[in-house]
Amino acid sequence: MVEMVMKFSLICFSFSMLGLVYRLIKGPTVPDRVVALDAIGINLVAIIAILSMLLRTNEFLDVILLMGILAFIGTIGFAKFLEKGEIIEYDRHR
Amino acid sequence: MKTNDVILQTASKVVFFIIILFAIHLFFAGHYHPGGGFVGGLMTSGAIVLLLLAYDIKTVSQGFPIDYKILIGIGLFLAAGTAVAAVFFNVPLLTHAFGYFDLPLFGKTSLHTAMLFDTGVYLVVIGVTMTIIQTIGESE
Repeated sequence: MVEMVMKFSLICFSFSMLGLVYRLIKGPTVPDRVVALDAIGINLVAIIAILSMLLRTNEFLDVILLMGILAFIGTIGFAKFLEKGEIIEYDRHR
Repeated sequence: MKTNDVILQTASKVVFFIIILFAIHLFFAGHYHPGGGFVGGLMTSGAIVLLLLAYDIKTVSQGFPIDYKILIGIGLFLAAGTAVAAVFFNVPLLTHAFGYFDLPLFGKTSLHTAMLFDTGVYLVVIGVTMTIIQTIGESE
């Protein structure tokens, strides 16, 4: 029963990722695409969590935290590039 | 227009320590669980990259006055040192040793010389990643 629920939720997450991929390809502006990528990362976190429950292992829990941190840093990098034009500046008071 | 990113700077000040703790956990878990020097080093440099994004290269290099190219040298020296040290005990190159020790806080702990090798990998990964990113960031 629990396994069936988890498989069903995996299918639901795949459909939501399909919708996000549509926004990623179609998105008229760049910020739309960045937000779609961030949400795809968070969806991946959820999929990894459900998969690790299905496989009955807790060795993937580090991957979950890793994905969260990488999505955060990547989104901030994109946001800073869109706002200031450069990602890492040498002196921000100049 | 002068931009004001107070939220980003405050958030990254807090998140930095979480990422560093996670990197240290990955590094020490490497012997029995997924993780190790490579992922730990990448995560540590990811934390420093987050500070670089929130601030700039000048401020971060004041906070961490480290020449990352020297870090590569120290890491390679550690890795090569553990490899060569085995020769002095009449065993082949890169032979590792381990033993159980009674540490004051941890109790009975197994210490392995593969840890020193992993520390070398950790330092080299931090050094290479930060050298690449800083060199790209500095060029106009």
